[in-house]
Formats: sequence, structure tokens, C-alpha cells
Amino acid sequence: MSATTLTTRDATPPPVHYLNHDKSLKSWLLTLDHKRIGLMYLVTVATAFMVAGVLAMLVRYELINPGMDIMTAETYNKVFSMHGIMMVFLFIIPSIPAVMGNFVLPMHLGAKDVAFPRLNLASYYIFVAGGLLVVGALIVGNVDAGWTFYTPYSSRSSDSVLFMTMAVFVAGFSSILTGLNFIVTVHKMRAPGLTWNRLPLFVWGIYATSIVQVLATPVIGITMVLLFFERLLGIGIFDPALGGDPVLFQHFFWFYSHPAVYIMILPAFGIISELIAVFSRHPIHGYRFVALSSVAIAFLGFLVWGHHMFVSGQSAISAVIFSLITYLIGIPTGVKMFNWVATMYRGSIWLQTPMLYALSFLFLFAIGGFTGIALGVLALDVHLHDTYFVVGHFHYVMMGGTVIAALGGLHYWWPKITGKMYNEMLGKIAAALIFVGFNITFFTQLVLGTQGMPRRYYDYLPRFETMHEVSTYGSWILGAGLFIVLFYLLASLFRGRTASSNPWGAATLEWTHATSPPDPHNFHQTPIVSRGPYDFHLLSEEFGDGHATQEIADTRETQPG
Amino acid sequence: MGDKGTFWMPEQASTLASEIDGLFYFVFWISLILFVAVIGAMVYFVFRYRRRGDGEHIPAPLAERKVVEIAWIAGPLILCLLVFTWGFKAFLKQSIAPADAYQIQVRASSWAWNFTYPNGTSVGSELRVPVDRPVKLTMSSDDVLHSFFVPSFRVKFDVLPNRYTSVWFEATEVGEFDIFCTEYCGTGHSAMLAKVIVQSEEDFKAWVATSGMGDMTPVEYGSVLFSQQNCAVCHSVDGTRGVGPTLKGLLGRPEQFTDGTSLIADDNYILESIINPAAKIVDTYPPAMPATYSTLQPQQLDALVAYIKSLE
Repeated sequence: MSATTLTTRDATPPPVHYLNHDKSLKSWLLTLDHKRIGLMYLVTVATAFMVAGVLAMLVRYELINPGMDIMTAETYNKVFSMHGIMMVFLFIIPSIPAVMGNFVLPMHLGAKDVAFPRLNLASYYIFVAGGLLVVGALIVGNVDAGWTFYTPYSSRSSDSVLFMTMAVFVAGFSSILTGLNFIVTVHKMRAPGLTWNRLPLFVWGIYATSIVQVLATPVIGITMVLLFFERLLGIGIFDPALGGDPVLFQHFFWFYSHPAVYIMILPAFGIISELIAVFSRHPIHGYRFVALSSVAIAFLGFLVWGHHMFVSGQSAISAVIFSLITYLIGIPTGVKMFNWVATMYRGSIWLQTPMLYALSFLFLFAIGGFTGIALGVLALDVHLHDTYFVVGHFHYVMMGGTVIAALGGLHYWWPKITGKMYNEMLGKIAAALIFVGFNITFFTQLVLGTQGMPRRYYDYLPRFETMHEVSTYGSWILGAGLFIVLFYLLASLFRGRTASSNPWGAATLEWTHATSPPDPHNFHQTPIVSRGPYDFHLLSEEFGDGHATQEIADTRETQPG
Repeated sequence: MGDKGTFWMPEQASTLASEIDGLFYFVFWISLILFVAVIGAMVYFVFRYRRRGDGEHIPAPLAERKVVEIAWIAGPLILCLLVFTWGFKAFLKQSIAPADAYQIQVRASSWAWNFTYPNGTSVGSELRVPVDRPVKLTMSSDDVLHSFFVPSFRVKFDVLPNRYTSVWFEATEVGEFDIFCTEYCGTGHSAMLAKVIVQSEEDFKAWVATSGMGDMTPVEYGSVLFSQQNCAVCHSVDGTRGVGPTLKGLLGRPEQFTDGTSLIADDNYILESIINPAAKIVDTYPPAMPATYSTLQPQQLDALVAYIKSLE
């Protein structure tokens, strides 16, 4: 191959793009542009993340010593409940599908927009309504049931739990509608030549997630309605005082919430595939295995909800089946790990900030995966269930996985979204702080858990104090790293270097066929696809050095027909 | 107690604990080996194949080797099935109590534990069991979900309000071990603590035979019961007004009742107030005392009365 220089030089942004073509407030609030909707989601979920992050810092500070430090037990219970609810339902679930799925998916497909733009805008406002209801419940101030709302505690708790369940129900509709939109978009709006085996793996991840969203989210809606009816009408469904069965609620809840784990993680897998391929300059090793393992994980994810309930009184045969299927999910996940690392073999690895997040992800998610295997072992789960081991495991998967991948994706697509480059040195520093702080915070919690520390404890025995202190110190480092990210990303909007159309030398359509920031309609002409999404070795044959849209246009004009 | 055990695990104090720990460390070491292999390869590749400078060659794509792919699928799958099988067998041992296990009834209510022995002895705050003998706990809840957890025994099971669940163990060490509630149950979740006190067979038999009194005086035992039965939640011993009347100086005190009658408090009044609290409600106090104390053993009732009489 001829040597190719990846440009990091300044470039002139296009005079008209999706950000500046119409600056009126109305054009934003009523926009049908998937890119603007993605950006509005970004502002919304980032806000939820910051609030939930502050709540997390408060929880960790309270736990730095046994007994009371800055809040009462009642307040502590509300704070950790709100942290969990906001993080899971207002940040993690929408963060990648709604923000990056909206911005990137149509561009990856060579499409002008999603299949149903008006439905897309409606999804955003439904999500905001759900978010406001959550905040309303916070202001009312009595939600203390945790993010799992187990009955009969939750159905006897205050009216705010009903308020909260309504909020989650509303936010869930946004997921259903977005999932539906994306499925149709992937099926119907791919550019000519874009066969299933040429789809970027990010699209596969979003596609698998969308299927889960459409099929699983209604169950939590149904569950919340039943909880509502029980509270309102006094009929016994889950509350044994009324003739109900509390374990039934757990079945309903986990039937949604375990697939929801894959709603959270599959898009992250998609991002990691993009980052590792681009920054290793290699096609993903075992593309088909990786793509199909997303679908396998989505399918199996529906069959394992009972592994949250090994000690709740379900039958031994049920426990066996759930445990076995849990292992079957571990295999396709392990396949991805192997394929990502194999992709780096003999590559040309470029350690830019997005790649640092991808490497962090491999490290952290591997720990989440292995601790998940331990929790799937029937006899071990008896000891580990509902201890801090579960808290650590969950955060390694959800934060070490999804949030780290979201940060990686945000850094990767930031030049395309904003037309600006952020400060690369600060990016590396923040990534390092986040990685170190994360491990100090949550590895400690794994040890706390195996030593027997139960979860959701406001107070604890003195022997757990040292590890709680260490975990809290780690959370400060983690918080500092995240704050630095916020700072330099915002600063880049004002003082960042102008981004070229393809600063990473990537091979997917949003980089090869669109400006930074993109045209309101994404592409000047519909792309025709004739290669895979990571065929970097073919870039020069098609696009010169694969950089400027103008060069593409010039090249095309000289060709006959 | 916390000074025994390993970095990852607390002390082993039951027959089940050593197998659970063996299983944990097996999973741990396999995971660590695989983790080091994967992350080690990643780190090596990062250094070995790092891009140098702005000029870049675009590497040729690698031929996929399906044999390696399938090996990576099959290897972990075999390990997982091995761990699953071991975990399943150990789970069956955990789930099935020996037929001759000593039976104790457990009652959970926010935010306290109560343990009832075959002879009717009922105690809170501490679960007395004999060493080297299987014990089976049959559990239920008065209100919401709780979960009975003894880390040192590696046993845990949910406690449900509408059905019985059970858990069993055989303690191997004499001593005290923590009981936690590990299912979130509200404000007092982290205070819902108790102790397992493992005793020699001889000491345990003596304790049960005396309904938990052992060699304590009635007043001493009454003081213990006052705490264990959570009487102090409503009744003070220092004269302050609570949900219920203070018990300080109760003996010989004139009491006015809501039905208009009155009497001077004596032994019989105190006893009746414990076993049938609704019979006489002291004026200006709500009829809030539960009737559950009628299940206490005669020795326990005697001890409580003696203790309350001693409060001057």
C-alpha cells in the first residue's frame, strides 16, 4: 500500500451545515433532523448523568464512615434510589441508542434520516416528559424503594413510588418508539450496495438493542400498571397483605430488567467494535461472529431473568436452567473479547483518546464479565447475592462497560457532531483518571461483598470501614476525571481546532461521505457501497486519501455516466 | 471474628463454607488466568503494533482462522460447564437439609429478627445453635421481603411474607457470627442485625432447657429479654414518655385507664399488660402494644416481670 498521511491539519468547515442552517429556537424544538434530535438527547442525558453522578458522590461520602455523616438513613435511602433510577432509566438506557444511535445510525446506513422523523421527535418529548416526572418524584422526595421497586415494600411506600413508576412507564415508551424507528430504518433505508454483511457493527448493536427494546420494555410498563392498580384499587397482585405474591413482582421486574442490561450493553459493544477497528486500522476479526453474537446475546438475554432470584424460593430446577443459560450468554460475550483483541494483532494502533476508552472498556468489562460468571454459579450466588460484590459487578458492567464506551463514542464522533477537535492531551489525562478512579472505587466493592457487606446499607459494622474509605477516595478521582471531560469538551466548542471531515481516517460513511459537521441532509448524493465498513486497505483505491468530500465530488465528476 | 478468613472471604464457620470458598477460588483463578491472557495480549499488541509517526502503512487484513475462533468458543464453554456442574452439586447440598437437623423457626419483621425453639422459647437479637450439629431454619416475614444472611456460614435465603422458606447449616466453630438482612426493607435495613452464638452441645442444651436464661438471675434475664423483644422501642426505663408509658417506678404506681377504672400496679397487672395489653389501656396512650408477647415462655414472663419490678 502506498503511504497515506492522516490529516490532523486544520480544515475549513462547510459554510452551511446542520447546526447553522437555521438557528431559530423553533427550528430546534420542532426539528425532524435525526442529528439535532441526537444532540438534544445528548444535552438531556448528560444533565441526568451529572445529577445522578452528584447523588453518587453523596452516597459515597455518607459511606466513608459508619453511622451518620451528612444525611439520615431516610435521606440516604432516597438518594441511592434516585441515583439508581436516574442513572439506569434516564442516562444509561438512552445514552448510546438515543444520542449516538440517532446521530450516527442513519449516516452509517447512507440514509438521510430515520424512517419516521416525526415519531423520532415525539420519542424525544416523551422521554423528556418521563424525565420530568422522575425529577418531580425527587422533589416530592419520598422515593426510597431502590431502582428495583421490590414489592411489597414499594407498594406500601408513599405515593411517590406510584409517581415514579408512572415516570418510568412514560420513559419506557420513548424506548419502544425509538426501537421501532431504528428497526424499520435498518431494514428499509440502507444505501445501495449496503448488504447486511457490510453494515457497521455499531448498526448491528443498535439493531439488536432495538429488538430488545420493542419486546421487553412493554413488560415493565405492564408491571408498573399492575403496581399502580394494586395501590389504587387495593386488589392483591404483589402485596401478600392483599392476597398477592411478592416474588411474582420480581419475575415481572427481572423479565424486563435483565434484557434491559443488554439494551444498555449491546450498543456499547457496537461502539467498541468501531473504535478498535478504526484505531487498529484493521477489519474486525470475525465480523460475522461479532455481529451474530449481538443477536445471540439479545435472544438469550430474555431467558436468564431468574438468575437474580436464586435465593428467593424458586424451584431448584428453575435455578438450574437459569444458571445454565447464564453461561451460554457468557460465550458470545467472550467471543467478542477474543475478536476485539485479535483485531489489534498486526494492526497499526493509534492511541488517541477514543482508543484509550476502548482499551479501558476491554479491561473493565472483562472484570464485569468474570464476576458475572461467579454470580451465575448457583452455590456461589447464595453467598454473593445482594452484597457489595453485586454492586461492584453491576458497576463494572454498566459503568466500566456502557459509560466508558459512551465516552469513547462521544470522543470519536465529537469532531463529526461539532466540527471541532477537543484537547487531546486533556482527553488522555481524563481517561487515565477515570480508569484509575473507577478501579479504586469498584474493585474495593467486590472485596467488600465477598467479605459479607450487604448492599443498600446506610450504616455498617466497623470492620468494613477501611474498604469503604478507599472506595470513596476512588470516587473522587473518578469524579475529577469526568469533570475534566466536561470542561474540555465544552471548551472545544469555543476554542477547539476545526475538524477535518475524516480526522481518524475511518472507513464508515459518516466519515468518508459527509462533512464535519454534516449537511442537513447528511450526504450530497446517496453513497453507493462496495466494500466493508472497516476495509481501510481499500480506502485509497476509492477515495484518494479518504479525506475530503470535495475530492470525492471532484473524482466523481470526471467519471463517465 | 473478622481477623480470620482470607483477603476475599471471611472466616469459615460452617461445613458448607469450605466448599463455597473452593468454588470461588477456582472461578477466581480461572478468571484471573484468562483475564491476564486477554489483557496481556491486548497490552502486548498495543506496544508491538503501535503506530509510529504520521506516516502510516495500512496493514493488510488478516485471514480469519475459524479453527481459532471455534477453539475460543469451545474452551471457555467447557470451563463454564465444569463450573456449572460443581456449582449445581454444591447448590443441592445447600438446599437440602439433613433429615435430623435441629429445627428453629425464624420470624423477620422490620427491623428485627426473632427465633423460636422447639420448646417454645422465643428470642430476638441472637440465634443460639449447637456446634457440629445440622440446624434448619424455617423462615417467614411479618411484613416485607427480608433475607437472612450469615457470611461466615456462606448461607443466605430470602424471607417472604406469604410462605415459608428455609436454610440450613452446620456450624463448625464455637463463637459469635453476624446475621445480616440483605434484602432492602426500608429505613432500618442496615440496623436489622443479629448474632449467631454457636455453643457446645452441653451449653446449648442448658440454655434451651432454661428457655434461654442459662445462669442469669431473673432480673438479668428480664433485662436481656426487654432488649431482645424490642420493648424499649415504646417503653423507656428512665422516666421519659414514649409511645407507651415509662416503666420506671411502675410497681406501686397508681394507673388511670381509658375505661375509667384505675388500680395500683402490682405483679398481676404487669403480667396482664404483657400477655393481654388490650385489657387495660393507660389513659392518654394509644392502644399500640401487640398481643404477640403471650407466646413467651413462663420463665421468660417471670423474668420480664421481675425486671420491670426492679425499675425504681
